[in-house]
Amino acid sequence: MFAYIMRRLAVAVPTLLLLIVFSFILMHLAPGGPFTQERELPPQVLANLNAKYGLDDPLWKQIINYIWGIVAHFDFGPSFVYPDRSVNELVAAGFPVTLTYGSLAFIAAVVMGVGLGVVAAIWHNSFLDYLAVGISIGAQVLPNFVMAPILVLIFTLWYGLLPGGGWSFSDPSFWIMPVIALGTSYMASIARITRSSMLEVLGSNHIRTARAKGMPEHRVIIRHALKPAMLPVISYLGPVFVSMITGSVVIDIYFSTGGIGKAFVDSALNRDYAVMMGVTILVGALTIVFNLVVDVLYAWIDPKIRY
Amino acid sequence: MVIQQDKMQSLATRMSQDEVKGRSPWADARKRFLRNKAAMTGLIILIGVALFALLGNQFAQWSNEDLDFTVMGQVATMGMPSFENGHYFGTDDLGRDLFARTVQGTQISLMVGIVGAAIAVIVGTLYGATAGYVGGRTDQIMMRAVDILMSIPYMFVLILLLVMFGRSIAMLFLGIGLISWLDMSRIVRGQTLSLKNREFIEAARATGVPSWKIIIRHIVPNLLGLVAVYATLLVPLMILTESFISFLGLGVQEPLTSWGALISEGAGTMNYGTLWQLAFPLFFFVITLFGFFFVGDGLRDALDPKDR
Amino acid sequence: MALLEIDDLSVRFATNDGEVQAVNHVNLSVEAGETLGIVGESGSGKSQLSFALMGLLARNGRASGNVRFDGQQILNAPPKVLNRIRAEKIAMIFQDPMTSLNPYMRVSDQMAEVLTLHKGMSKKQAVTEAVRMLDAVKIPDAKGRVRLYPHEFSGGMRQRVMIAMALLCRPQLLIADEPTTALDVTVQAQIMTLLADLQREFGMAMILITHDLGVVAGSCERVAVMYGGRIRETGPVGPLFAEPAHPYTQGLLHAIPRINQGGDELAAIPGSPPNMTQPPAGCAFEPRCPYRREGCDSQRPPLEVFAPDRARACFAPLPDVLARRQTVHLRDIEIGAEDPVEEEATPMAAIAGAGMAGTPSKVDE
Repeated sequence: MFAYIMRRLAVAVPTLLLLIVFSFILMHLAPGGPFTQERELPPQVLANLNAKYGLDDPLWKQIINYIWGIVAHFDFGPSFVYPDRSVNELVAAGFPVTLTYGSLAFIAAVVMGVGLGVVAAIWHNSFLDYLAVGISIGAQVLPNFVMAPILVLIFTLWYGLLPGGGWSFSDPSFWIMPVIALGTSYMASIARITRSSMLEVLGSNHIRTARAKGMPEHRVIIRHALKPAMLPVISYLGPVFVSMITGSVVIDIYFSTGGIGKAFVDSALNRDYAVMMGVTILVGALTIVFNLVVDVLYAWIDPKIRY
Repeated sequence: MVIQQDKMQSLATRMSQDEVKGRSPWADARKRFLRNKAAMTGLIILIGVALFALLGNQFAQWSNEDLDFTVMGQVATMGMPSFENGHYFGTDDLGRDLFARTVQGTQISLMVGIVGAAIAVIVGTLYGATAGYVGGRTDQIMMRAVDILMSIPYMFVLILLLVMFGRSIAMLFLGIGLISWLDMSRIVRGQTLSLKNREFIEAARATGVPSWKIIIRHIVPNLLGLVAVYATLLVPLMILTESFISFLGLGVQEPLTSWGALISEGAGTMNYGTLWQLAFPLFFFVITLFGFFFVGDGLRDALDPKDR
Repeated sequence: MALLEIDDLSVRFATNDGEVQAVNHVNLSVEAGETLGIVGESGSGKSQLSFALMGLLARNGRASGNVRFDGQQILNAPPKVLNRIRAEKIAMIFQDPMTSLNPYMRVSDQMAEVLTLHKGMSKKQAVTEAVRMLDAVKIPDAKGRVRLYPHEFSGGMRQRVMIAMALLCRPQLLIADEPTTALDVTVQAQIMTLLADLQREFGMAMILITHDLGVVAGSCERVAVMYGGRIRETGPVGPLFAEPAHPYTQGLLHAIPRINQGGDELAAIPGSPPNMTQPPAGCAFEPRCPYRREGCDSQRPPLEVFAPDRARACFAPLPDVLARRQTVHLRDIEIGAEDPVEEEATPMAAIAGAGMAGTPSKVDE
């Protein structure tokens, strides 16, 4: 298992480097430099700025400096737009917020999705099944940017139950709508995947063997069906994770929660390339680590995977 | 929201088995599809939405750019949907006709969805078919590249691209299409690998048909069922992606609009009591997604019938 | 009283493409210690018959009729009753050892759970007993291999594991559903010998379901031949093989390749099994039958006793069949493939394997 993780890491590291180099080059290909703004800067000022940020060095040197800064000091450099603030500061401010509602939404989506899917599969073609299928079909056309306004409309404008935006670590009423808005469509997808894979497993030969052993149905499901039925769900968790991080951008904008999504969009609108790159690389790294965790989990469940 | 890879895999297996038996999977599939109520409903919805996009402007009383000065400033009271003043769907907060805007948004969202899906499907199919057909080291390198690209947070990169190279519809098409071909290429590769050793391919190779011609003439047509299902399910995903970006204000630019942009506007103004601004675009957005999902699922179930 | 009595058993499947009549009005019985062979082509309903006995039909399947084991009704019995009989009284071996074992569990756990469940043994005792049983089915180094996963065994070894697992509770009846189909020929022989030895040793009855007549001849006392979900002929192995009284049995026996066979073509029964969504009004074998006559396509022949312990379902007079006086020469005519165009889409789930081959591929044109 250790060797397997090492081997996966050996792929992950170059991937991350590639992502860094790619976004770095992209930034330099962009028409106009980072300081090309509406207001023309005097050439002397521009030269000074470029020197300050090391932009007059050859490209390869800039890349190496940048990567070295990240690897050695976890330093993504200064912001181009707010010279007195570093990318680290801007990102670090939002990270705990994103982490809080993001992990809550993730856990809720997985737990409820799996639960709904399993129930639907076990009582196949019953009222419960139709209800679960109905919920999951309905929810999949309700992505975060549709859920967010609908939730605000209902819970804030009509009933005034929940605050329509903002964030507080001490008051969970601020968390509810971001979590629901972010999690709903993934809960639906997970429920669908769980249901169909559970149905597939329940119809498989080894479940028939288990039933032929005279085991009560609930033991057949818990001991024999659950594990294999979870495999497709686990491989879907990677994409869910990425999409949730992406979705946090909408949450941060719509609910003014102030997570990293806000830093990203602000920087995108300000053309603050340093912050954009910083966020992209951070998200990329998180994705790679998470996918690694998912793969290890998968290999742990499925004995047929050689590692 | 997801294309279920395991179901696609099952479909792929099914399609290549039928190839062995020499049966056309399409004949039976058409009947199953026609009998599938959800799929037929979806198809009717999609036809309706397409007609709305194509012919809607014939019925609009206002152009999508004109401001109606009579309602301006009192949109909440004067701009609501009404047949009398010709604003069937009401107006937006600037007094523009929402019917005409929705028609335009529908046109653009559908276009982005279809073109994006087409790009993804074409790139994915050719890439996957090539990797699978050539095989060996080339295949390994190509698929390793896919693995690497898979772990890139593409939405962030797309936004990066849009910001750096300017927001244009072409960039949107390209960006959305180019980030979605990865799954497609994997499935197509697997399918190609299993088709590769069939007699009819070997016969073609033995008679000296060049590789690229075999791929275009023999491999790709045999992937048709898979590609059709994938494409149908990819269109709503593309629409979702475009809407997401437009919702953030990074997508299409005024005076153009799309469902995402309209929903964003509607969401921004709903506490002024102009709910119709959210409701109408959202309605078309939701039913279209439903339509594509039902048709895509129906198509897959028709080609790969199983009880699930 | 017989150990197992099957009375008027029918199995129906509700599919999207209509109802499939997999098994129709079957009567059979098995005495204690006896071996009964059930023979038929793929899709003849023989496997579904055995699943119905154990209550293992797929979700969309319904069984009707009576099945009594030791005098107790077990068909459609509540789970509590069934679970006390399954594995403990009636055990089952399945066709495909590759997929019938749980790929995600160690063999030790899969075997031990049977004993902890039925005998209330501790996990440790159960594993010891499992190793003993693996020894009995001649798995080398059973103690070392019991901790492995199924995919780490070869096909033949996996089927041995299945057999060992089925025998753990020393059942009175073993149902073996094509136990050797998925295996190599040499392994097939080993498994059949093993089964015969174990049966003698444990004194249990066995229902052997197979399409392989050689297997039946070697190990069964009585045979039932199934076609289109119905029993066509039953009788003791010797007489039935020596003097097949039903055209279908004859065809099956004729289709066994022999070393000293003249000509270069393998004999086969022309045509293909019926589509059980729309079973023919008459005898299901009629389109393929060389003895067919008027009335065969409109009436179903009943199963009639014609000699002690022997019965057959056929309208052709017995002497004609025995003397091979055929009425139609089937090689000269087209069969099956030119069936009238079907209105419904062909059910995918309805017919297994060979059933597909005879369906016209372009239904629409």
